[in-house]
Amino acid sequence: MNVKGKVHKFGDNVDTDVIIPARYLNTASHKELATHCMEDIDKEFVNKVQEGDIMVATKNFGCGSSREHAPIAIKASGISCVIASSFARIFYRNAINIGLPILECPEAAEAIESGDTVSVDFNTGVITDETTGKTFQGEPFPEFIQNIIEKGGLINSIK
Amino acid sequence: MGMTMSQKILAAHAGLSSVKAGQLIEAKLDLVLGNDVTTPVAINVFEENNATSVFDNTKIAMIMDHFTPNKDIKAATLVKQVRNFADKYDIKNYRDVGQMGIEHALLPEMGLVGPGCLCIGADSHTCTYGALGAFSTGVGSTDMCAGMISGKAWFKVPSAIKFNLIGKPQGYVSGKDVILHIIGKIGVDGALYKSMEFTGEGVQYLNIDDRLCIANMAIEAGAKNGIFPVDDVTREYCTGRYQGTPVEYTADDDAVYDEEYTIDLSKIRPTVSFPHLPENTKTVDEIGETEVKIDQVVIGSCTNGRISDLRAAAEILKGRTLAKNVRCIIIPGTQNIWKQAMHEGLFDIFIDAGAIVSTPTCGPCLGGHMGILAAGEKAISTTNRNFVGRMGHVDSEVYLASPAVAAASAVTGYITNPEKL
Repeated sequence: MNVKGKVHKFGDNVDTDVIIPARYLNTASHKELATHCMEDIDKEFVNKVQEGDIMVATKNFGCGSSREHAPIAIKASGISCVIASSFARIFYRNAINIGLPILECPEAAEAIESGDTVSVDFNTGVITDETTGKTFQGEPFPEFIQNIIEKGGLINSIK
Repeated sequence: MGMTMSQKILAAHAGLSSVKAGQLIEAKLDLVLGNDVTTPVAINVFEENNATSVFDNTKIAMIMDHFTPNKDIKAATLVKQVRNFADKYDIKNYRDVGQMGIEHALLPEMGLVGPGCLCIGADSHTCTYGALGAFSTGVGSTDMCAGMISGKAWFKVPSAIKFNLIGKPQGYVSGKDVILHIIGKIGVDGALYKSMEFTGEGVQYLNIDDRLCIANMAIEAGAKNGIFPVDDVTREYCTGRYQGTPVEYTADDDAVYDEEYTIDLSKIRPTVSFPHLPENTKTVDEIGETEVKIDQVVIGSCTNGRISDLRAAAEILKGRTLAKNVRCIIIPGTQNIWKQAMHEGLFDIFIDAGAIVSTPTCGPCLGGHMGILAAGEKAISTTNRNFVGRMGHVDSEVYLASPAVAAASAVTGYITNPEKL
């Protein structure tokens, strides 16, 4: 599987409260959650984001609450992949469980800039910044997690 | 190679004689928890996948606490969805207004968690129960759903950081100051993916509420879980309360830790986390008397809504009144804590001081309801997160502190060292 898109870049410790503020957690509608994605850190994000775009951030992305609404909002906003230096652990689990592709790669997370066009090959873990021509090797998933993804998410994998 | 306490509990529930850090395992669960925000998402996944039964209707807890009593029509609709599901599948531990409490104050009180049990909860502060010697960790709604169906969850066995606690806390220093001090030292990702194992002779000086508060905030250092050894304090709390069979695990003498810290509890000072991360800590000695003017005080939450927290606040507020234009919202964690505080006369003290007492709810902690901040307002709060916009407007600020520091600040209108009152 490959994705290619324009980058929206964020910094360290992007928490789930800014990804989807709790005042919007009175709904479980994916579409509605997407309309408030990143609102408290970048009000314009929902207007700028295009289907297939890529989110890049540095360390501890998704820290805080266990709300699955956070990866749901990101996925439903059109983002095809999140690349970060590191992820908070509950966000990491949630992203895998709902089928939002994520990759840990500190070098890529530092070097890639907002607005760059980036492509990702999930089979090899190779991240290419097509704007600068640089390539990076992302951390591939362990086999156990690859199995969850191949079966289409956690629930299908336990059936 | 020896195992940590956390690794031993995981091994036992996976049916393995030993596990090591990094290993991926599947383990049997003793309890699966969700709340009014996360359970509806789990139910949607359950129904989309045509599931027809739960693994054990006595081992699932659904606690309606975040937006209850329902703050608006949407929140009421979510709770109704959970209530209908709980009725359909005869979920024994469904708790709504009247029997509910803040989940992590309520579950230990109900005896649903205890020494040696393995619990997942679709709430990040599920790590609270490590205070009782359980392995307990926060997950998302899809994990909750899978747990409800199968009674199992997958885990990557964590490595651990050991915190050797020595000495006895002095004066107003509580569990909250201990955990804020530690997060200030290691940072909000200082224990990412790892266990925080607390041990040492200092543990005996921490009461059960202190330990629940410390384990509660392990997630704020990025940890998978926080855990305390089982001792007489734990046994006394769990006896006659815990519905399961307690199993006491201890770390092996040759257990391997990624890092070890010695924390001298006698040297810790009352500590405050400044916006917008729990790691931005200062001791009260480093804060000027009129440095931070506050508009609101919140005393409650799964971190500090227990009886000893309310007593600590009452000790400060007794015979005093709030500063002009300061709102003080006090939220007992459960109905039982509420009744106990009432019988002890704490409510008279709070109300005479000018504070209000709310029914149990997570409410303002996550900016849900019952105390939302306007632009430019500042709150000192005994809750657990001070992220941007956490308690309301994106331009408001939250300062995290203990009940004693929060109450002292309510009296002066500025962040205040309770020793100086």
